[in-house]
Amino acid sequence: MNINEIHTLLLENFGETVVGPAPQKATDPWIEVAADSIREVATFVRDHEQLRLDHLNDLCGVDYLELDPKKAKKFEHEPHLEVVYQLSSTSLKHRLKLKVILPRWENDTAGSLPTCPSVSSVWGIANWHERECYDLMGIQFEGHPNHRRILCPEDWQGHALRKDYEFPLEYHGVRGR
Amino acid sequence: MSMQIEDPRVVEFDVQTDEMLVNMGPQHPSTHGVLRLLLRTDGEIVHECTPHIGYLHRCAEKIGENLAAPQWIPYTDRMDYLAAMNMNLGFALAVEKLVDMEVPEKALHLRVLIAELGRIASHLVGMGAYGLDLGTFSPFLYAFREREIILDLFEEACGARLTCSYLTPGGATHDLPEEIEIPDGLAAIAGFVPGERYPFVEVIEMFLQWLEKRIREYHILLTRNAIFIKRTAGIGVLDPETAVSYGCTGPVLRGSGVDYDLRRDGESIYTGMYADYDFDVISAPFKDAPPEVRLGDNWCRFYVRMLEVVQAIGLVRQAIPKYLAAEGSHRAPFRLNTKLPKDEVYLETECPRGQMGFYIIGDGNAEPLRVRAKSSCFCNLSVTDILCEGVPLADVPSVVGSLDIVMGEIDR
Repeated sequence: MNINEIHTLLLENFGETVVGPAPQKATDPWIEVAADSIREVATFVRDHEQLRLDHLNDLCGVDYLELDPKKAKKFEHEPHLEVVYQLSSTSLKHRLKLKVILPRWENDTAGSLPTCPSVSSVWGIANWHERECYDLMGIQFEGHPNHRRILCPEDWQGHALRKDYEFPLEYHGVRGR
Repeated sequence: MSMQIEDPRVVEFDVQTDEMLVNMGPQHPSTHGVLRLLLRTDGEIVHECTPHIGYLHRCAEKIGENLAAPQWIPYTDRMDYLAAMNMNLGFALAVEKLVDMEVPEKALHLRVLIAELGRIASHLVGMGAYGLDLGTFSPFLYAFREREIILDLFEEACGARLTCSYLTPGGATHDLPEEIEIPDGLAAIAGFVPGERYPFVEVIEMFLQWLEKRIREYHILLTRNAIFIKRTAGIGVLDPETAVSYGCTGPVLRGSGVDYDLRRDGESIYTGMYADYDFDVISAPFKDAPPEVRLGDNWCRFYVRMLEVVQAIGLVRQAIPKYLAAEGSHRAPFRLNTKLPKDEVYLETECPRGQMGFYIIGDGNAEPLRVRAKSSCFCNLSVTDILCEGVPLADVPSVVGSLDIVMGEIDR
């Protein structure tokens, strides 16, 4: 199935409140999904007979923020976070990209991390990918069985792939800069 | 401890096994780098195996946000340092897909040739190191002897042996050399006169002919060895559903019987390279497997790699005449200040260890807004917990070794 057919199928089953507008023209087009319903949509695309997207290739977070004032003029995006799900089907050999849009901070309060439902019950590998996403991008995954950092030490401060992350000056007596 | 044991023999009858936490690694020879496994054991039996990773983490993705695309190529070398060429290729293709550029035909065949040589080198290490994990030393030495010659060839092609940075967006940094001095290692083992000069592709063919005969020996030493079969067959069985759900790829996925190889099933920019090549996707079950073998066990994963070496030899042989016949340049120019379009691409390629994915988001500058390296070993390692449940402690290296992980790629 191509992306437009999948979009129509998702619209029929979930409606406009969950599924975003028709895919834009892009090299790899994607479908936006409302954060609250991502787990239901994930289960649907995995189990639907014509989709069978059983393989989660990648799950990662993206931070849309431009701090450089020179580049900011040309920057088209409002500051926000995205969680990107790259899916493929081992039997039907097609691909799909889903996106969940999240605010950079919950309720616009700096320091309070946004939350997205976990899909680790749908694809096993999401467990580790979501831990990495939490570790580096600072997105919390609700319902995750083991919500801890994975690459950085557990007492690490901040989330390194955020654009406004500041490298610590000191960590347990090790000088940072 | 008030109880007094008078007869020392009583202790032997009264051995109580208790749950115990055992740390394996991060400095353990059979963890293939700095992997720490936290094992919850009851006597000899492992009940839980939790991998702790991140010892090599240097946030290469953050570094990539501050570099132009070709400048990040050396960082991909250092992820999977045993298959640097394949990593270069994956990222170069992703960049080409983003900027929508055509690569000259000569570069395509050069890339197949180099990437498949890289696959042979990587699988040789996988094979040798796996033997080492299971306590046999000689296959390791043989594997490294053979790999050395491939590294010599890489050195002649691009100047570097391990961190090659050879395949870049647009093609390759240099064309293959026309004529080289035969590598000393090859001259010594295959009976050529050291210092004599031959055409580069002829040296490759001389090496392949010599390597081909050695494969039989590896099968005698490992694949068909009774001890090796006892240590691998029926252990660490990964069923296909779990393999797919946990995102396992490459030999781990195909060893579980899922017929999926990106060189055939991937995106057109990648499969196009292999369009004129004749090869089969190798996946379990195998008809010639010993009777103890079960689908998806350690032996199957190992055997997939062995057969892929033979297959890669065939692909290199097919690439040589195609490369020689192709005319024109080995690269299309790609400048450092090339602006990346406001678009995003995700591309996975079939690296020796599995499907390595690169996700690049451009925002109109030369530096991408985000680069993401999805590691194949990261996903393959995530099944260790499942595979190691209930196995004896001595089989943990056997299971982890069969996944053939490289920590540089997992931690990035």
